[in-house]
Amino acid sequence: MANKVKVRICVGTSCFVMGAAQIQSLEFNAPADIAEQIEIVEERCMNLCKDVKTKYNNGPFVFVNDELVEEATYEKVVNKIREEIKKSC
Amino acid sequence: MLIPKNNANLMRTKILIKLAESYLQDKFAQADRIPLELRPKDMQSSRCCIYKDRAVLKYRCMAGLGHCPEEEQDELITLKEYGEQALERKEAPKNKLSVIDIACSACVKSQYVITDVCRGCFAQPCRLNCPKEAISIIKGRAHIDPDKCVNCGKCFEVCPYHSVVKIPVPCEEACPVGAITKDESGKEHIDTEKCISCGKCLASCPFGAIVERSQMIDVMREIKETDKHVVAMLAPAISGQFPGSLNALVGALKKFGFSDVIEVAVGADITTQKEAAEFVERMEDGKPFMTTSCCPAYFRAAQVHIPEIKPFVSDTKTPMYYTAELVKKEAPDCVAVFVGPCLAKRAEAEWDPNVDYVLTFEELGAMLVAAGINVDECEEIPFNKISHVQGRQFPVTGGVAGAVASLVGDKFDIRPEKIDGLTKENIKLLKRYATKGGENNMLEVMCCEGGCVSGPGCIALSKKAARAVDAYAQTGEVLKEDTKIG
Repeated sequence: MANKVKVRICVGTSCFVMGAAQIQSLEFNAPADIAEQIEIVEERCMNLCKDVKTKYNNGPFVFVNDELVEEATYEKVVNKIREEIKKSC
Repeated sequence: MLIPKNNANLMRTKILIKLAESYLQDKFAQADRIPLELRPKDMQSSRCCIYKDRAVLKYRCMAGLGHCPEEEQDELITLKEYGEQALERKEAPKNKLSVIDIACSACVKSQYVITDVCRGCFAQPCRLNCPKEAISIIKGRAHIDPDKCVNCGKCFEVCPYHSVVKIPVPCEEACPVGAITKDESGKEHIDTEKCISCGKCLASCPFGAIVERSQMIDVMREIKETDKHVVAMLAPAISGQFPGSLNALVGALKKFGFSDVIEVAVGADITTQKEAAEFVERMEDGKPFMTTSCCPAYFRAAQVHIPEIKPFVSDTKTPMYYTAELVKKEAPDCVAVFVGPCLAKRAEAEWDPNVDYVLTFEELGAMLVAAGINVDECEEIPFNKISHVQGRQFPVTGGVAGAVASLVGDKFDIRPEKIDGLTKENIKLLKRYATKGGENNMLEVMCCEGGCVSGPGCIALSKKAARAVDAYAQTGEVLKEDTKIG
């Protein structure tokens, strides 16, 4: 088995309020096929929201390995994790 | 544990952020763009078309501005005008949960349906057990006549093939006190006499059709447009709601414009002392048991729906009450704003002369996001008044009873029981306690399962929040009977 997939969830105030908090449920109920293969990290604000005034519309931001997921939801992140696992197989 | 917030709930957060931003930018001049921004033309609609989505969003914005969609007089009033009206009102909008009728999908009333799994058996227990003769066999399959069905569920129980399914109406299922029911057209309505403002219907509606009136705009106006001293009173469930330290959160709130920030855990310490003393007194008087009183949804449920338990409810006031009392004693002219996870606190605040406004964590979050404030990067400012372990434990189930028990000590044999979640079943349990008694003498009642950390106004996951609450409590000093507070 290759290295674990690193899931970095931004917990800056903007991302957290916009729904990153809900994505943290990956820590408790990740689907069985990926649960053992992920490492979840709380990331401080990465300033991705600061580019444009209304850029927070694109949050929450999550990195799955080096892939950025914008407007991240639990579902989007899970799909991206599966793609990453497939890549490393 | 499932993902607690669905799209409908997350959309509410976005609406609040947009409204806060609209106020801060140009006092709602562009507010009518919000529904369009949230549902742009190229986006897939979640209802019949994007135009209906936008119409629903407009009503949800109205609620975010503190108006009640049910009281709409003229459909042509714009969000800009609603925003301006919100800025003119001098009093907090009255707490009220209401249904946006065009958003309510009028979930099917008949709650039992026979599926294809039905084998059209010879025994036909469904038909025989139906008390209303609502079931007939058509083309070898059982059918329920919805006009005759009374939703007793007998067919569901007796079918040997489990072919009968129950289709619940989520809001009715969630409401512990039967306050939400259908009208002739199948749309839901909330009976304000029965409603305990717990917010369970709001959290459960898959269509986001239930809204409550926000006071966010009123608080922002007090901060930005008056010279008043606006004090934020942070409920003990605040731990874990905003990543970054609590002291940085104080810095963030001051940066937004609050004059002062105090922990409601300080008031919870007072509640602990008084409630422990009250418990011992009641037990020595020979009373069979006492229940807590700090959950406002339970307190109201006791008044309206479980009158038999009223004599056993503690007379001690809530942490919010004592905190606001401290705040107003020091600065009588200040504006006291409670910030918490709870919708029922809005109802409680209407009875409390010292509390001016109530915000949820979600609303506070929307304000910070709109103002571009990241808590983690703010200056760390300590609290002036220090709370103790016990007061900090309040928002997790078992915390209040544990706090009281710690001060009762060996003065009386205290046997606490957690009533974790005000469900229909637990209301029956409380009624049984009131009439027949039970084996325990201290009942802690939390309307939200898991405690306040699971409240409808929370941002963080309850599990993570509960850990943060616990970690913060461990850093505090232990409260004693004679500890001087404030």
